[in-house]
Amino acid sequence: MREITLSQAVNEAIAEEMRRDETIFLLGEDVAEAGTPFKILSGLVEEFGTDRIIDTPISEPGFAGIAVGAAMTGSRPIVDLMFGDFLFLVMDQLCNQAAKTHYMSGGKLNVPMVLRTNMGATRRSAAQHSQSLHTLVAHIPGLKVAMPSSAYEAKGLLKSAIRDNNPVVIFEDKLMYQDKAEVPEEEFLIPLGQAHVKREGSDITFVAISSMVQIAESAADMLAADGISAEIVDPRTIVPLDEETILNSVKKTSRVLVVDEGHQSFGVSAEIAARVAEKAFYYLDSPVMRMGAMDVPIPFSPALEDLTVPTAERVYELARQAVRGEI
Amino acid sequence: MAKNVTANSEDYLRMYRQMVRIRTFEDNANQLYLTAKMPGLTHMYSGQEAVAVGICEALEKTDHITSTHRGHGHCVAKGAEFKEMFCELLGKAEGYCRGKGGSMHIADQANGNLGANAIVGGSAGIATGAALTAKRLGNGAVTVCFFGDGALGQGLLYEVMNMAALWKLPVIYACENNLYGEYTHVSEMAAGKLGGRAEAFGIEAFEVDGQDVLAVNQLTQELVARARKGEGPFFMALNTYRYHGHHVGDINRTYYRSKEEEADWKDNRDPITNFGAWLVKENIANAEDLDAIQAEIKAAATNAVTYALDAPYPPADEVDSHVFAA
Repeated sequence: MREITLSQAVNEAIAEEMRRDETIFLLGEDVAEAGTPFKILSGLVEEFGTDRIIDTPISEPGFAGIAVGAAMTGSRPIVDLMFGDFLFLVMDQLCNQAAKTHYMSGGKLNVPMVLRTNMGATRRSAAQHSQSLHTLVAHIPGLKVAMPSSAYEAKGLLKSAIRDNNPVVIFEDKLMYQDKAEVPEEEFLIPLGQAHVKREGSDITFVAISSMVQIAESAADMLAADGISAEIVDPRTIVPLDEETILNSVKKTSRVLVVDEGHQSFGVSAEIAARVAEKAFYYLDSPVMRMGAMDVPIPFSPALEDLTVPTAERVYELARQAVRGEI
Repeated sequence: MAKNVTANSEDYLRMYRQMVRIRTFEDNANQLYLTAKMPGLTHMYSGQEAVAVGICEALEKTDHITSTHRGHGHCVAKGAEFKEMFCELLGKAEGYCRGKGGSMHIADQANGNLGANAIVGGSAGIATGAALTAKRLGNGAVTVCFFGDGALGQGLLYEVMNMAALWKLPVIYACENNLYGEYTHVSEMAAGKLGGRAEAFGIEAFEVDGQDVLAVNQLTQELVARARKGEGPFFMALNTYRYHGHHVGDINRTYYRSKEEEADWKDNRDPITNFGAWLVKENIANAEDLDAIQAEIKAAATNAVTYALDAPYPPADEVDSHVFAA
């Protein structure tokens, strides 16, 4: 099968959906001729024109709010939020307006919009361009949250998100934009709310989110050399969360380590760990474990930044101790 | 008051009726609060009727509005019915939002009301987005964004006015200056000229007596026609006054405004009284006609309140429906 980058996968998903549905348009900062700073959207404005690939001023709350109103009146806007850290700027429009409109109107109004943004540290971008803030939106009822772990997921989830009748926030790991994966040429969708068992194993389950799937795979390779078999579950979306697939895996392996790049405290990893503890407790042979980013603002210095996020070595070490009964 | 170029007797009487419907709705809502029959609080529109009616009478059903926490007037003026509105205020299943929105989130999508909003200035983006849809579809629809003078402090408004001007969107920003944001006078919260804010973006700004329904209607008709031709956006400052406090529980108000000031607006500038007098003077209606309209609307409101009080609450299994759309 052909391999394309995550960046190309996103570009393809948007182009395919825009060809299919005239009500879709995209707006954000430097999305048209510039194609975003990451060059993800290059070529789209040439095909769809500036009426559908719309450059906005640097006004995140403003264009997020405009997307909400456009979505309520029959459009399907895709908002490009240049950095996940800018979510704090759009929280009212996303969480007070988009998330609640369907419920507050008793089901009469829909907000079919997608907000694409990114996450991920170790790009030496310091505290305001490195955060992984998916927990914040996952906490708000009414928002769906997708966390693609490769180019394949990025394309299939984004296409489903665009067709969904709800506001969907999709976080792309900005360090993965040039990572290649097998992506079919023919059309496919990945449903929101369906986890994927990325690797089967018997001794421990890694529930790994977004780029943490790669970390988990490296750790699993290292464990295999020690004769330890790790299973990897990629939830793909954290809202809705495919609890069943996670619980079935933990019941089989009897151990779990949740790996996520959001800050560990009060994070998505805490939520998944709690659900496992509540619903699979009697299947467990070791304490439920989680690993997130350290509870510090992301530092600039590479010597410090690399300490803040989960690594394959740390995941391997914790898993090995758990399987050996040392925890 | 001056006759509108395009209006006829029927239009005038409908404007009168709609203003009376708003006042009557609010009197009943206030009573429901005072007798502890309504959950929560509500914000009265009384005194500002000429703004909502003058504007909405210049719109088609397919045009959109966005509303505010003080939104009952906009909702009535855009075509909503008493029964579903009172049901919503009382949290009943037959309310416009099945009781899930309440006073501060009432929406009536069928009549083009995209909803009240409990975040001050929070609907500025929504209104501008609705106008973007209209422009893209080329359907000629216009959106009116209602907001109060208090919203002039919100940055979102300026971000979206900038984009509306850059993209020539068919949206009218209607600033209802009722002089008070909560308990503070506009002069303490908004520096400079209100319309100057819009003019800085190259948006034409107008100021109109918000107690004169004909003046409001005439101006809105002109701006709507121009917006439909792609000449928008526009900004209107409508000078008006809220008779009640910030909300129904705001009873003692002398620390922020005098009783004399309140009396002056009610006695001399009431939009319904003054328009009624004009209708009589112009021989469009006589005093008995107007009394009959008032009595009929009062009876309709009483019936709707009785209906809503007896109507069922939503069943418990609706608590988690409508979180997500299918």
